Amino acid sequence: MKAIGRNLKPLFAVAAALGVLSGAAEARDFTIASWGGTYQDAQRDVYFTPFSEESGIAFLEDVYLGGWAQFQAMQDTGQIPWDVVQVETSELVRGCEEGVFVQLDWSKLVPREQMLPDAVTECGVGMLVWSVVIAYNADTISKAPATLADFWDTKTWPGKRGMRKGPKLNLEYALMADGVAPADVYKVLNTPEGVDRAFAKLDEVKPLVQWWEAGAQAPEWLAAGDVELSVAYNGRITNAQKDGKNLQMVWDGTIYAIDSWAIIEGAPNQDAGYAFIKFTTDPGRQASFTKAYAYGPTHKDGVAMVDPERAKSLPAGDNLATGLFGGSQESINFWVDYQEELTERWNRWVAQN
Amino acid sequence: MNAPAGIADGRKAGPADRSLEAKLRRAERRRSLNAFLLVAPLLAFIVVVFAGPILSLLYFSVDDPKLAEVMPRTAQIVDAWDGAELPGEEAYATLVEEIRTAYKARTVAAAAMRLNYEISGFRSMVMRTGRKIRRITGPPYKEALIGLDERWGDLAYWRAIKASAGPYTTRYLLAAVDLQRKWDGSIGAAPPERTIYIDYLKRTFWISFWVLACCIAIGYPMAFLIATSGKRWSRFLLVLVLLPFWTSLLVRTAAWVVLLQNEGIINDFLLYGGIVDEPLTLIFNRTGVYIAMVHILLPFLVLPLYAVMRNIPASQMRAAASLGARPVAAFLSVYLPQTLPGLGAGCILVFILALGFYITPALIGGAADQMLSYLIAEFATRTGNWGMASAIAILLLLSVAALYPVYRGLVRGGTFRFG
Repeated sequence: MKAIGRNLKPLFAVAAALGVLSGAAEARDFTIASWGGTYQDAQRDVYFTPFSEESGIAFLEDVYLGGWAQFQAMQDTGQIPWDVVQVETSELVRGCEEGVFVQLDWSKLVPREQMLPDAVTECGVGMLVWSVVIAYNADTISKAPATLADFWDTKTWPGKRGMRKGPKLNLEYALMADGVAPADVYKVLNTPEGVDRAFAKLDEVKPLVQWWEAGAQAPEWLAAGDVELSVAYNGRITNAQKDGKNLQMVWDGTIYAIDSWAIIEGAPNQDAGYAFIKFTTDPGRQASFTKAYAYGPTHKDGVAMVDPERAKSLPAGDNLATGLFGGSQESINFWVDYQEELTERWNRWVAQN
Repeated sequence: MNAPAGIADGRKAGPADRSLEAKLRRAERRRSLNAFLLVAPLLAFIVVVFAGPILSLLYFSVDDPKLAEVMPRTAQIVDAWDGAELPGEEAYATLVEEIRTAYKARTVAAAAMRLNYEISGFRSMVMRTGRKIRRITGPPYKEALIGLDERWGDLAYWRAIKASAGPYTTRYLLAAVDLQRKWDGSIGAAPPERTIYIDYLKRTFWISFWVLACCIAIGYPMAFLIATSGKRWSRFLLVLVLLPFWTSLLVRTAAWVVLLQNEGIINDFLLYGGIVDEPLTLIFNRTGVYIAMVHILLPFLVLPLYAVMRNIPASQMRAAASLGARPVAAFLSVYLPQTLPGLGAGCILVFILALGFYITPALIGGAADQMLSYLIAEFATRTGNWGMASAIAILLLLSVAALYPVYRGLVRGGTFRFG
């Protein structure tokens, strides 16, 4: 084994040299990584460009599509291509624990008490509330569903169902549909019997499920009639409504979470990062962002500034009454701990008939 | 390098001869140096982009430095411990101290993540211990630590630390074939909910096998038609084969999504023609995967076959017929054997390429139609578990390597040489 390591060293040296050559241009402009597509277009209009104009700081953009691989690579190679990145809570927590993200100095940011409590964390500033809901095509459906349990009612709605590929969200949905209160979901999931119970509940709809991987697939399938009911990101559904599709949402049992800005440890433009993040927490801007994308503001005043008609399709207020907060500490701990084991089990389960 | 034969044998070498000999030798040396320099870029290229990654893949699949980096002394103590019963006070004291330092330095999470591979839930247990470690102010550390979390008194968790002590591990390679190493070093089956990899391997081979079978059924007659029809026709047919070949894999896969979906062209056509009443489900299932993969891989079978068939004179079949062979017998004993080298080459190309497919099953298949590459991508990009990703990649690599003798058997006696 030692010998392999020794023989590999020259190879690594070559690879490192190539890496250095390709990454030689170090002093780069302030770089923001977000989730791409029309979503990032909207962010650019509301946040990036106005920030650049106001502060005189030029910016570059990149796309981050979730997962841990990029951060692992940053740790291993020391190459930091981004300054600020928008991450989901599980990556935020892991990155904070592993020292990938800067522990924030909140004195450089918006006063904490003005933000939603869940949007204030050690390494992240919550920038929007997103959610997944049950959606359907109101033009073609026989009867409008009203609750999460209806998703499991295969008598009234015998058609196909769209769900997100993987165990996350689905296990939670299954338990809530099985009568577990949102507050107890992770307590139940933390026991082996709870996981068995969730999979057993999923068994009931499994033959009807068509699994999606990209958020855009759910509204497409609903509009095309491929599925009768689907789990979907609420923002994707409101976007489809804008395109004239008559897709509607059921807010009962919604799972919502917060995405946050994080500054990457070792990044060259950290001050610009702080200034930018502070800029994006402006309540007026957050409220105007909801016009482009139906995700909720994280600044308390921002919530109040949203047009009431628009607020009906946002993950905020009454819409979250029966919802589950998927960004809670217990949720994150559960998923960072069990992601791999449950993904293995899920991959096995999904291939069985 | 030996001197050319004419100079070396027989004649006594005078001074003039010797200088000629030296000159020749020098020229020879220069020539081989030139030859070497000519292939040097290729050699360097192969080392850097082929051998290097494969070696590092092997390395990553056994490399296990995380715990020993973060908690070197604990790793050392636990490595020496026999694992039969709970370790002594020294191990607990060292662990407490190293968690304390590592928690402050924000390095403990990486080690905790590694421990979590052994027992799910170990990560948050270490992190919680790190948060509360301030409460432990002095000995006895064993009781104090168990007081923080009673699982520290559970043998299974200490054995997990022992298994992670590094610096090398076989856990990823074993897990990739549904095995695990027990704490005492014996190898046994992994728990049933976690045995998925052999199933994925079987499915990968199964799908590849059927894709190959379909490719042969469609490709052989097609190659025959191209090789035997008139010049204009054969050129036209060849373009039909090559045109999709020149299109990117992703584009072709996306095109199949458009064609196969419920409101896609194929279903519209079938519905319009009254052939079916309800749209057929052609996508997000195995059928769609077969259709798209066969289409994408067909040229790899047709082209080598065509190359061989083109050189078989049509007169041979006529000669066989004139000697009294029926068409089937003539085909089986005259034509088919001559196409075997091309068929063998085509089959091995199609099968090996099919084993590594990722994009097509990911976009067209359902959750039950994914192949091994899907798992590699999941580990590499989503969870960042490179050890596991490398181990599965090696599993795939070995199964391809195992096919080489099969290929040799397939074309034994044929004139074709692969590589």
